[in-house]
Amino acid sequence: MDSPQQAFKEEAYELLTELETALLELEECPDDMEIIGQVFRAMHTIKGSGAMFGFTDISSFTHEVETVYDLVRSGEMKVTKTLVDLSLQARDHILGLLDAVCEGQPADLPRSGELVRQFQALIPGKTSTPAFEVPVQEEKAEIDELQTYRIRFNPSPEILKTGTRMSALLDELAELGTCRTIAHKSKVPPLDQIDPELCYVSWDILLTSPCREEEIRDVFIFVEDECEIRIRRLDIGSDGEEQQKRLGDILIERGDITQDEIDKVIAKSRRIGEMLVDARLVDVDAVESALQEQQLVRQLTEKRKEKTEAPASSSLRVPAERLDELVNLVGEMVTVQSRLSQTAALSGDSELQSIAEEVERLTEELRDSTLNIRMLPIGSTFSKFKRLVRDIASDLKKEVDFQTAGAETELDKTVIEQLNDPLVHIIRNSMDHGLELPDVRQAAGKPRQGTVFLGAQHSGDSVVIEIRDDGKGLNTDVIREKAISKGLIGPDENLSDQEIYQLIFAPGFSTAQQVTGLSGRGVGMDVVKRAIEALRGTISLDSTLGKGTTVRLRIPLTLAIIESLLVKIGSGSFVLPLSAVEECVELTQSDIEDSHGRCLANVRGTLIPYIPLRNSFAIPGPVPPIQQIVITRIDGQQVGFVVDTVIGEHQTVIKSLGPMYRDVRCTSGATILGDGSVALILDLVPLTQQHAVTEAARLS
Amino acid sequence: MSHEENQTNQYLTFYLNGEIFGIPIHRVLEVLDYTEITKVPQTPDYMRGVINLRGSIVPVVDMHLKFDLDPSERTVNSCIIIMDVTIEGTKTSLGALADSVREVIELEPGQIEPAPKMGTRLNSDFVQGMGKHGDEFIMLLNIDAVFTGHHGSLSEADSVAA
Repeated sequence: MDSPQQAFKEEAYELLTELETALLELEECPDDMEIIGQVFRAMHTIKGSGAMFGFTDISSFTHEVETVYDLVRSGEMKVTKTLVDLSLQARDHILGLLDAVCEGQPADLPRSGELVRQFQALIPGKTSTPAFEVPVQEEKAEIDELQTYRIRFNPSPEILKTGTRMSALLDELAELGTCRTIAHKSKVPPLDQIDPELCYVSWDILLTSPCREEEIRDVFIFVEDECEIRIRRLDIGSDGEEQQKRLGDILIERGDITQDEIDKVIAKSRRIGEMLVDARLVDVDAVESALQEQQLVRQLTEKRKEKTEAPASSSLRVPAERLDELVNLVGEMVTVQSRLSQTAALSGDSELQSIAEEVERLTEELRDSTLNIRMLPIGSTFSKFKRLVRDIASDLKKEVDFQTAGAETELDKTVIEQLNDPLVHIIRNSMDHGLELPDVRQAAGKPRQGTVFLGAQHSGDSVVIEIRDDGKGLNTDVIREKAISKGLIGPDENLSDQEIYQLIFAPGFSTAQQVTGLSGRGVGMDVVKRAIEALRGTISLDSTLGKGTTVRLRIPLTLAIIESLLVKIGSGSFVLPLSAVEECVELTQSDIEDSHGRCLANVRGTLIPYIPLRNSFAIPGPVPPIQQIVITRIDGQQVGFVVDTVIGEHQTVIKSLGPMYRDVRCTSGATILGDGSVALILDLVPLTQQHAVTEAARLS
Repeated sequence: MSHEENQTNQYLTFYLNGEIFGIPIHRVLEVLDYTEITKVPQTPDYMRGVINLRGSIVPVVDMHLKFDLDPSERTVNSCIIIMDVTIEGTKTSLGALADSVREVIELEPGQIEPAPKMGTRLNSDFVQGMGKHGDEFIMLLNIDAVFTGHHGSLSEADSVAA
């Protein structure tokens, strides 16, 4: 496929996504003209560029759908659920057509025809009149090239004597474009004083037309000597920044009045037009003319805005690989920079040090902005789920209200992409297993319509994503029985609710009595859990029987670079994510002796459990007399990690340990330090869990 | 690539406890002097850890421990052979810690005998064949098999036979 068509395809995919979002929004607020406009624009662009790149099947089909939306836009038709349903089908069909063309398959034209017929059936008392449609489209397409001119045509009173017909001139002007003509009649004397051979009238004409100023002048070419003609192009800011002119400004600009005169009148504070007329500074016609102009300018500006607002004003489309490359380079840069800083510090050369500091600051900024480029609002995936929920709801015959929050929360692009499948799984689960059928809900005293909530918010260096439903909740007894029957737990095992919930994440576990097409194939939550862990995230569950279930995902913002705390144990270097670190306290030999073998530190009256990493990692060597406890907060709980020494903050470029170390749980990667040595990044959550497990095993 | 693979008859030979092993030369990226290796906690002993190879993290496997030989002494000749391996479908670089490298030799397909089913003290999957070079036999390794999975060096068949 050649590149312009590829470009169209990419653009069309985006537009179709936009269209889908808009349609779903439209279903919620059917009267929102702005959304209708969005739908219309998306269709229009698909149609236009489709035709341009030779996708005629797509453009002709889209044209028919667009026709319907044009009627909606002009208020001749109401948005109904049927229309939205049909439009969504049409949207899917366009996607199908696009895929068909790209794969070189024949387009499903009978389907196009069928959908078009259904659309036309919706149009009230109208048979398709495409001929009527065409000029409307043209006007719209040419808005950009249209100019508006203000023409003041002030003929000398003698002009009629040359045989000039005023009406002919004005008609000729009207042929050039859309005209608004205002006659200034103030000079017309009382009837008995009129000389029929003299012209007392002058005109202000607002002409919106694609022609150039010269062409307008040509209209007056034969009367040039007998009249005063002023033509001025009105600047209706093509960039949308133009301020709308106030009436007074327009009059001043035309030389009808001066600023001083206006200021005097304004003091009387009535409507400026009336005041000016009362003050006899301008006549009624002049005000009328200016008002007309103001209105026209306003309309045109709005139209133009409408056109330019839709696509992002100045954005670049860059292949993701190039960004990845950039992030990699910045990663290398950060590593080299820390080496430079280290060397500079050792050299004692103050000039070198100041350069190193400068480089450090720049690198930091470079890093932040590079990573920012990759940040996308998570909302882009939310809209996809809206559609998903809608479709699942109708499949399951359940009534669902899908709510979202925090769509603007930004996450790394890769993370968002990889979150998609797990979220689909969780939402499906919520709707399939969580929400009850409407009748069941009603019997239980709940509203017939169930709610599924999807929300995202920042929390430190992570984003917390919550999926909440108000369904029947998790039944611990059922889960327990199931786990026993699957041999996951023994029949006598005594488990807390949380532990039972965790069983859901066990491979091959599925609680649905009935296997549906949506979920319940037993490949649900364990896959979800693995996917989330692959993102260095965690997943937790909370549920109240009869009230609903909440799934909470905690995902790190980025996968590339983190702020961290560098520590040493023996000869090995380790880094801890700085966001989790709260403080560092000393742990002396006597502290350890006083604690009777318990790993608890007394920090200002609070007992904080700590994990001696030297033991956990089986690192040989003498224990220093004073160790450090790095106190961190993990899932709301304070946990200390004992290390030999704390070196300080460090910019950590995360590098994967590769497939050899895939099964290692306590580290999430490695990083290269300034001196070229390797430090391991500690993954605190599994480390803590692991410690809890081994401790429990030792006690039992 | 596969075409080229078939064409290459060159092998890099190296010593482990006096025995000679060989790996196809086109899989070898470079040979490094011994450097400081960062141990990853909670991993088997034979996984010596990771090194920084010009900005990339490369894992290093101690071939002695992998093959259940006596632990190696570090000498001036100790080296890390960096090679390309495919682990569970993922291509990656990896370092093998060896006593010393010897040379690059050429072996015609006729000089390679199939690996004996037992008696090599190694999992038979690890051995691609036995190369005969002069008077010596060189154990040619199937490096993808060697580094895939975390199973021990002795196959069950060997344990039974032993």
